Amino acid sequence: MEARELICIGCPMGCSLRAEIKESQVISVTGNTCRHGEEYAKKEVTNPTRIVTSSVKVEGGKLGVVSVKTREDIPKEKIFAVIKELKDVRVQAPVSIGDVIIKNVAGTGVDVVATRNN
Amino acid sequence: MYDVIIIGAGISGCACARELSRYKLSICVLEKEEDVCCGTTKANSAIVHAGFDAACGTLMAKLNVKGNQDMEELSKELDFSFKRNGSLVVCLHEEEMPDLEALYQRGIQNGVKGLRMIDKAELVKLEPHISDDAVAALYAPTSGIVCPFGMNIAYAENAAANGVQFQFETEVAGIRRQDGNWIVKTNQGEFEGRFVVNAAGVYADTIHNMVSTKKLHITPRRGDYCLLDRSVEGFVTHTIFQLPGKYGKGVLVTPTIHGNTLVGPTAVDIEDREGTNTTQEGLEELLEKAGRTVKGLPIRQVITSFAGLRAHEDGHEFVIGEVEGAEGFIDCAGIESPGLTSAPAIGTMVAGIVKELAHAEENPDFIGTRKGMLDPKTLSMEERTALIKAKPAYGNIVCRCEMVSEGEVIDAINRPLGAKSLDGVKRRTRAGMGRCQAGFCSPRTIEILARERGVHPSEITKSGKESKIIVGVNKDAL
Amino acid sequence: MLHYDIVIVGGGPAGLAAAVSAKEHGVESILVLERDQELGGILNQCIHNGFGLHTFQEELTGPEYAGRFIEQAEKAQVAYKLNTMVLEISKDKVVTVMNGKEGMFEIQASAVILAMGCRERARGALNIPGYRPAGIYSAGTAQRLVNMEGFLPGRQVVILGSGDIGLIMARRMTLEGAKVHVVAELLPYSGGLKRNLVQCLDDFNIPLKLSHTVVDIDGKDRVKGVTIAKVDEGRKPISGTETYYPCDTLLLSCGLIPENELSQSLGVELNPVTSGPFVNECFETNVEGVFACGNVLHVHDLVDFVSKEAASAGKHAAAYVKYKGKHPAVVSKDIPIVPESGVRYTVPKTINPDRMDEKHTIRFRVDKVYKNCYISVYLGKERIIYKKRPIAAPGEMEEVIFHKELFQAVPDLSKITIKIEEA
Repeated sequence: MEARELICIGCPMGCSLRAEIKESQVISVTGNTCRHGEEYAKKEVTNPTRIVTSSVKVEGGKLGVVSVKTREDIPKEKIFAVIKELKDVRVQAPVSIGDVIIKNVAGTGVDVVATRNN
Repeated sequence: MYDVIIIGAGISGCACARELSRYKLSICVLEKEEDVCCGTTKANSAIVHAGFDAACGTLMAKLNVKGNQDMEELSKELDFSFKRNGSLVVCLHEEEMPDLEALYQRGIQNGVKGLRMIDKAELVKLEPHISDDAVAALYAPTSGIVCPFGMNIAYAENAAANGVQFQFETEVAGIRRQDGNWIVKTNQGEFEGRFVVNAAGVYADTIHNMVSTKKLHITPRRGDYCLLDRSVEGFVTHTIFQLPGKYGKGVLVTPTIHGNTLVGPTAVDIEDREGTNTTQEGLEELLEKAGRTVKGLPIRQVITSFAGLRAHEDGHEFVIGEVEGAEGFIDCAGIESPGLTSAPAIGTMVAGIVKELAHAEENPDFIGTRKGMLDPKTLSMEERTALIKAKPAYGNIVCRCEMVSEGEVIDAINRPLGAKSLDGVKRRTRAGMGRCQAGFCSPRTIEILARERGVHPSEITKSGKESKIIVGVNKDAL
Repeated sequence: MLHYDIVIVGGGPAGLAAAVSAKEHGVESILVLERDQELGGILNQCIHNGFGLHTFQEELTGPEYAGRFIEQAEKAQVAYKLNTMVLEISKDKVVTVMNGKEGMFEIQASAVILAMGCRERARGALNIPGYRPAGIYSAGTAQRLVNMEGFLPGRQVVILGSGDIGLIMARRMTLEGAKVHVVAELLPYSGGLKRNLVQCLDDFNIPLKLSHTVVDIDGKDRVKGVTIAKVDEGRKPISGTETYYPCDTLLLSCGLIPENELSQSLGVELNPVTSGPFVNECFETNVEGVFACGNVLHVHDLVDFVSKEAASAGKHAAAYVKYKGKHPAVVSKDIPIVPESGVRYTVPKTINPDRMDEKHTIRFRVDKVYKNCYISVYLGKERIIYKKRPIAAPGEMEEVIFHKELFQAVPDLSKITIKIEEA
């Protein structure tokens, strides 16, 4: 049985976690102060995910770009695939918080949405 | 073809240009940087020295005292900031009192007015933060502080208003004599002139040696400075020097004309004529030495440090005059401290020399005064509101540390010889000069510069050449 | 002259939360003054996620978090002025302001809430030697350029300081196509949140060098490289440990300073530790009727706590207006809270049991990293709180909660002490 020391990124508390792993499966998590910690440790060991935040170009807005995020977390190894798909996106103002910018980005099944009004 | 080509748009070059524009002469100033005031004039103590320092009988002593006398009237004519705050040379060791006395005597001989020896009690009254070790001081009430950028820009703008041409980003590569004229070869082509004035600062020897076999040698002497926030304005009110002697030269602690406190300079001879980097040792030395003359310097209030180069000529004397064997080539070299103070007198002296040689007539259209930039802070609330109603840009604050409005930034850009870069805006308006050191205002200033100049923000530089601030757009390399 | 019951300086998260709360507590006449062209403050450029877990139980980005409060303020019909700079506040609460529409004018306030936020420590304050070329930015300036304008300030990056903005910008610059070579931190520990070390540095294999600093900056026009060296325990660079990193950009994330120039001019006393005002449990400064909240009071790691504190400040400012300064419940004196061994400061500095809510959160920072320590609170000699902390670090704000009934048991209390006790 192996163990991995992790720091939970679920919230800014940053709990130090210890995940016991057996046959690529997390069998126990300690050190967490909430349920997010356990979920995070399980995911981080088997299929680490992240929310990606960036920006895309806007035409006719107050600012030249609008900030965006993946609505949910996506597999960590797809971060740059998501970013590359954002590269050539241009949206027309007005844009509002929550507007879908790209559907199913990089085949992740997750949408990219605007995070500010512009 | 010009009558006069001036090499260098620092304080000396611009003072010469302005004084020469009193005559019917076509004049061109060549400057290797993108703006005036980019070399020695940009980074120094900004002191108008009283004139007791220079050795008796030297040109340096004479021009210092004359420059000091002329400064007040000039600052009114050309509308730049100047104040006589008085200086104190502080003696820290009883046994050095004869040296202080000698300095006093030298000052008297040099013609410095109002000099007075003061005892410790009076010194403490004048400067409550003076060191407990202070014994006595030499008080020079005529000493002053000036805005070196403001003064340099004022000279340049007034020269330009009187027809002087300025060529920026024009670096001199060679000078030759041809058909009784001088051909100045630059990266922007050749310029021909009857007379050349060499006001090239730390490069004045290089320029001089292009035309003369009697070589000149200038050493760039670097000085580090620390600048403290305006929040400690009043920490000292006079310019405080340490009496030079066997305990070293010390550094000065002085208010600046804008209410900051300045500490410096160190003195290190270097080779690199662009070597304006500060060093760890230099900055440590500064704070140690400042601690000798004043107590409790609030070093947590340091907002920036910088280094400047003095153009130190081997003989430590101003070298001003027509160069032997190079007819019509006039040196204005070795202009180190008290060069800023002496600039008005240097300009007059050089203009006198050229005028004689050229048999130039007076220019009847010469305009002797210049109006500086509008400073809305000097207006009453009603006046300011009226100004903003007419031009709303004066109501938008761009630099929150120095409270500089968009209107002022626009003015700085659109004046003759206007600002092209962030540093150019900073020297003209003080935007970016404050405690956050342009953290907040630089994106806004870039936007305004780009808009007013009709270029993309990525074209805007900090100080010309390769000093770009924005190198691309997001994801362009992906 | 215009008159408002409460004038709030700053329309960022603190100012907005204070405004909404003051309105909820019965004050109608409120004006928020914002110098930028939109409400929301610095959150507008913090486009990363991680905001709002405490407040909204979901993970929002900065602009989304700001958006929620802007919505609340609009709904509560809080009046505000944008592009409006406060030039001065006098001791009798006359606020001098200026904008491009109305010019320069004065507003009389009954109460003032200071919510101006903070600024970044600049290179000059760090005394980093070297040249002064283009390519040196505070992390926040770079953040604005990248996140709001879409401009890249550099391609080859070194970051000094492991504050959260520096860590966040290491990831942002990487995602936008720049290469971040290293993050150097003068102290032996990071100043940022642990989660940011994981998701901003580790995720992208960016090395963090603790006990390292920049000792030289090379490049006359644009940065060409920086030299980093290890520092000893006295934070002095150790000769022989220098490494040169070729790069075109140096980002600085070396601490935030509350922007209290206005506060000082109106006579507000500042704590030299935080550079923010001393306040009582109502978030009121030494100047009666002048309150402070958010990063102008002390620099926070989490905006959620800013919102909470600011809401409390807003509530108390409303009470001040209602009672015209004289709180009816107060008979006893304010009790000083004294930070001792390991605790650098506390907010608030004093508490009054008569006036305080049923419970009050005391926030503070520790002076270094502690493992398995206890946070102890003493009323006189009696230890009333003994809270175990597996880890306490200066980068993460600590808190203890005081319950009103604690004090009712101890009348004539002269001081409360908070300290770190090692196990």
